[in-house]
Amino acid sequence: MEGDIVQMGAYIGAGLACTGMGGAAVGIGHVVGNFLSGALRNPSAAGGQTATMFIGIAFSEAMGIFSFLVALLLMFAV
Amino acid sequence: MASEAAQGAEHAASEGGLAFHPMDQFIVRPLFGDGPVGTFTVTNVTLWMAITVLCIFALLVLGSSRRATVPGRVQSIAELAYGFVRKMVEDVAGKDALPFFPYIMTIFMFTTVANFLGLIPTSFTTTSHAAVTVLMALAVFISVTVIGFVRHGAGFLKLFWITAAPLPLRPVLALIEVISYFVRPVSHSIRLMGNMMAGHAVMEVFAVFASLILVSTGLGLVVTPLSILAISAIYALEVLVAFIQAYIFTILTCVYLRDALHPYH
Repeated sequence: MEGDIVQMGAYIGAGLACTGMGGAAVGIGHVVGNFLSGALRNPSAAGGQTATMFIGIAFSEAMGIFSFLVALLLMFAV
Repeated sequence: MASEAAQGAEHAASEGGLAFHPMDQFIVRPLFGDGPVGTFTVTNVTLWMAITVLCIFALLVLGSSRRATVPGRVQSIAELAYGFVRKMVEDVAGKDALPFFPYIMTIFMFTTVANFLGLIPTSFTTTSHAAVTVLMALAVFISVTVIGFVRHGAGFLKLFWITAAPLPLRPVLALIEVISYFVRPVSHSIRLMGNMMAGHAVMEVFAVFASLILVSTGLGLVVTPLSILAISAIYALEVLVAFIQAYIFTILTCVYLRDALHPYH
């Protein structure tokens, strides 16, 4: 087994990049949880705000996707 | 990246490691023969995009051709999709965005149908390729910028000058706004691509894991059914994700359009 330190670094980096997905998970949970707590207090106003919730999810999720992309780049492009 | 993935797969197979690669499903191959993929080569991407367009055509044209007062199944779905997108455009981008409704409807139908077709086993997910999503996002970005400048002239730049903020903060905010404006097409496209690619890679990993552990160890009889259950659950999640990502792609298009039509904060 020949040591290829660059490849090793790339794989370790790809693994570390995946911790960013945890951040996205926390963010999405925060968005949806807050939406739900607001929606249960005022259910009549909840329907109109679903789109806003999805936009919030999308922005939060983008960060997780970016970290996934970094992992992919490290795996296949470096 | 596809060719690198192919090399990776061969690499893994030659070393006697795992004889599969979850990224193999995203390789663009010519449909006829084994030649190199050029600009005009008919590939599996071309095929599945054509199928997507045919499906949309069948759904919308056949669905609306009868114009029955009591709609049938196909007509119901077509009307539902039309009403859904129209309401979204009205709610998010405003009534004066309705001239751009056909474009947004096209984007919604294409992403939805392409995502759903990608979920058919052994099919090809066209939206998992950056070449497809980046082009769609760039088309949205450029057209929205052009619409903004045509409608408001230099006044469009007020989008970056937030009058609600205190004066000393405004230049800093303007810088942040400009950067976030230009990052839009990146996040817009990568979100769809990444979601599709990640979901399909996860499904393939689980599926190959189920079959590999069955043939390799005695644990297989216990683990494989669990793994198949997990694939089913993830597949159900992916059906949801396929729709939600198409929805998010469309609604973000509406949000960007609203910014172009009403840049004044």
